[in-house]
Amino acid sequence: MDLSSINPILLLASLMVAATPILLAGLGELVVERAGVLNLGVEGMMITGAICGFAIAVETGSPVAGFIGAALGGALLSLLFAGLTQFALANQVASGLALTLFGLGLSALLGQSYVGIRPPPTAKLDIPLLGDIPVLGRIVFAHDWMVYFGLILTLAVWALLKLTRAGLILRAVGENHDAAHALGYKVVRVRVMAILFGGACAGMGGAYISLVRVPQWTEGMTAGAGWIALALVVFASWKAGRVLLGAYLFGGVTVLQLNLQAAGVDIPVEYLSMSPYLITILVLVILSADRSRAPGSLGRIFHASS
Amino acid sequence: MNTPLLNLSGLTKAYPGVVANDNVSFEIQPGEVHALLGENGAGKSTLVKMIYGLVRPDSGQMMLHGKPFAPTEPSAARAAGVAMVFQHFSLFDALNVAENVALGMENPPPMGDLATRIRDVSTTYGLPLDPTRTVGELSAGERQRVEIVRCLLQDPRLLIMDEPTSVLTPQEVSILFKTLRKLTTEGVAILYISHKLEEIRALCDCATILRLGRNVGTCIPRETSARDMAELMVGSAFAAPKRAGRDLGGVALELKDLSATSPNTFGTSLKGISLSVQRGEILGLGGVAGNGQDELLAALSGEIRSDADAVRFMGQPIGRLGPGPRRKMGLLTAPEERLGHAAAPDMSLTENALLTGAEREQLMRHGFLRWGAAEAFAHRIIEAFDVRTPGTHVAARALSGGNLQKFVIGREVLQRPDVLVVNQPTWGVDAAAAAAIRQALLDLAAGGTAVICISQDLDELMEISDRFGALNEGRLSEIRPAQGLSVDEIGLMMGGAHGMEVAHV
Repeated sequence: MDLSSINPILLLASLMVAATPILLAGLGELVVERAGVLNLGVEGMMITGAICGFAIAVETGSPVAGFIGAALGGALLSLLFAGLTQFALANQVASGLALTLFGLGLSALLGQSYVGIRPPPTAKLDIPLLGDIPVLGRIVFAHDWMVYFGLILTLAVWALLKLTRAGLILRAVGENHDAAHALGYKVVRVRVMAILFGGACAGMGGAYISLVRVPQWTEGMTAGAGWIALALVVFASWKAGRVLLGAYLFGGVTVLQLNLQAAGVDIPVEYLSMSPYLITILVLVILSADRSRAPGSLGRIFHASS
Repeated sequence: MNTPLLNLSGLTKAYPGVVANDNVSFEIQPGEVHALLGENGAGKSTLVKMIYGLVRPDSGQMMLHGKPFAPTEPSAARAAGVAMVFQHFSLFDALNVAENVALGMENPPPMGDLATRIRDVSTTYGLPLDPTRTVGELSAGERQRVEIVRCLLQDPRLLIMDEPTSVLTPQEVSILFKTLRKLTTEGVAILYISHKLEEIRALCDCATILRLGRNVGTCIPRETSARDMAELMVGSAFAAPKRAGRDLGGVALELKDLSATSPNTFGTSLKGISLSVQRGEILGLGGVAGNGQDELLAALSGEIRSDADAVRFMGQPIGRLGPGPRRKMGLLTAPEERLGHAAAPDMSLTENALLTGAEREQLMRHGFLRWGAAEAFAHRIIEAFDVRTPGTHVAARALSGGNLQKFVIGREVLQRPDVLVVNQPTWGVDAAAAAAIRQALLDLAAGGTAVICISQDLDELMEISDRFGALNEGRLSEIRPAQGLSVDEIGLMMGGAHGMEVAHV
């Protein structure tokens, strides 16, 4: 066992990278659930985004185009969910699970000719002065732009929900769709837009795995990240700031346990592998002990009776 | 005469299988309080939804200020000066008062200014409100203030109020009426929907009566007796329930210092409730909605458990028992919510009869269901309580409110309970069915059953109960003999005016 082989600066730096996929997907799902819709298809939208982003980045040579393509791919898949649940009034749980299965299959089909290829590298933001700060510079200011995009998106989602009228209407629709309808708000329109946003975010989260984190295409490569994002939203009490906290915690423990495995710590690998899940859930459960609760209409089917 | 504020002519709206409004016409003058009267299902709600832009009429015309008015959505109606206070609140529990108000406005000012305006308007009109409180924590009366203040902030010309007093104590009602009269002196017209005839006689200048979607008459409420208006609404005379003298037996059910936490985040917890009912007695429990009625019913039915000794049935402690054993012993309950609590909406009447009757009516043998017996039991309920349905195979959801309520109450009555607890037994039920249900409760008590009737309809409680108590914020008032109680005394038992004041303008 050689703990000295673990470089704390590198560890903290890679934490932000490890957290970004579930942060993006979690933020998207947060908005969807705040609008009162439970989309269990996050995993399917992530893997679809992963292959769409990968394929487009490889074909065009541009990672930016890749991420845009991933967002479109995820949104397109979520449109299927929106159609089923908002117009055909299908059960949201069943539709979400079907979306995950469909996404996994579809991505495997799309990705057949992309196995074993390396994608174009995503540019690191070279922030002049800031990146040169001794320790902090390496940890915080030397990442690719998607990491910062995730942080900005967290802030934007928080501000949207907390400060804007659009956010207020979105929360109202999620809290009590009958009352929102009675006041003249378009419940279905708001929800479809939220679902599309959730799909786009999950797609970008998936593409971050295939383009930056790994970076290559393998079938089923999201490996449950979508489910973690879903759990994160619930344990984060539907608050953007806590999704960020949860994602970084999860990312941090993931990176740490990988390092510990490499250093040959005398703990069975299985325990190390499960530690990120256990610790993240434990911390968020303790945090969610305050009086926060799920949006009132979460998962309920809305049908305008008049 | 001036141009009327709102003129409706020939409004018609049909839904598949039912004509909700058939050629309805009337007009409202500025500064007038106009009552819209009718039983449930008479088409009142559909009519006001058309005025508020939620529903589009199939034919007919509306004129506002002499100009054609055809709102396609509520925001258009609001922009034209029409505001509405909903019967089932259009409020959002998890949001605060200011956010709720903002959602009902077209162009809300920034939150800080809005909070100040809410404070101003609410104190001017004697409806005190704190804009930062979460709506879910407010009482039913306070929630209604939120709705009214939301409307007042938009300077409405026409204020539609759908059953506004069902959640108020008599004191609050009289203050609300003073506020409304203040508004009418400012030229605001009010379209007031209610089926409480005495209220309409006290407040309204003119009344339009709807029956089965048609306008069946207009009257000046002050000059018409409540009885005449009721007959116009129902279309025929009906028998009022009769009560016979009864002999009271021993104590059947006793609560001692019962406290229970509500299972709902925004529910009301029960605090130290003590009462007892004797065989052959009807105990009426009044109170404004959301003051612990649902929780009390749940504590009696066994859905909420308590200390064993807090609930005693025929002298035995049953506080720890669940609903099944309590039913078996003879303590039956009929909760308020018909669809989803008292009955399973998508199951047939036979299945619903089975759900509560399985034990006491022997509809089950060795764990297997006796379908024949269950169907016979459902038939008996339908016959005895005159439930209008094509048969026992029909889903509970397909029955009208009144018919399903008769079925739900009948199902418990026919199981010969020793104690029957009902919550809102005639809520949303037409007058004839309500009279039949009240008669059934009186007959049951005459046969020696102890009945606890929880209701928000004070007239109903005065009509059938021997003793009366009121729930207020989870506490029970002193229980007093019902005969001779004045409306004022009842109002004070229900908690009085809850801080509401007369308008200061």
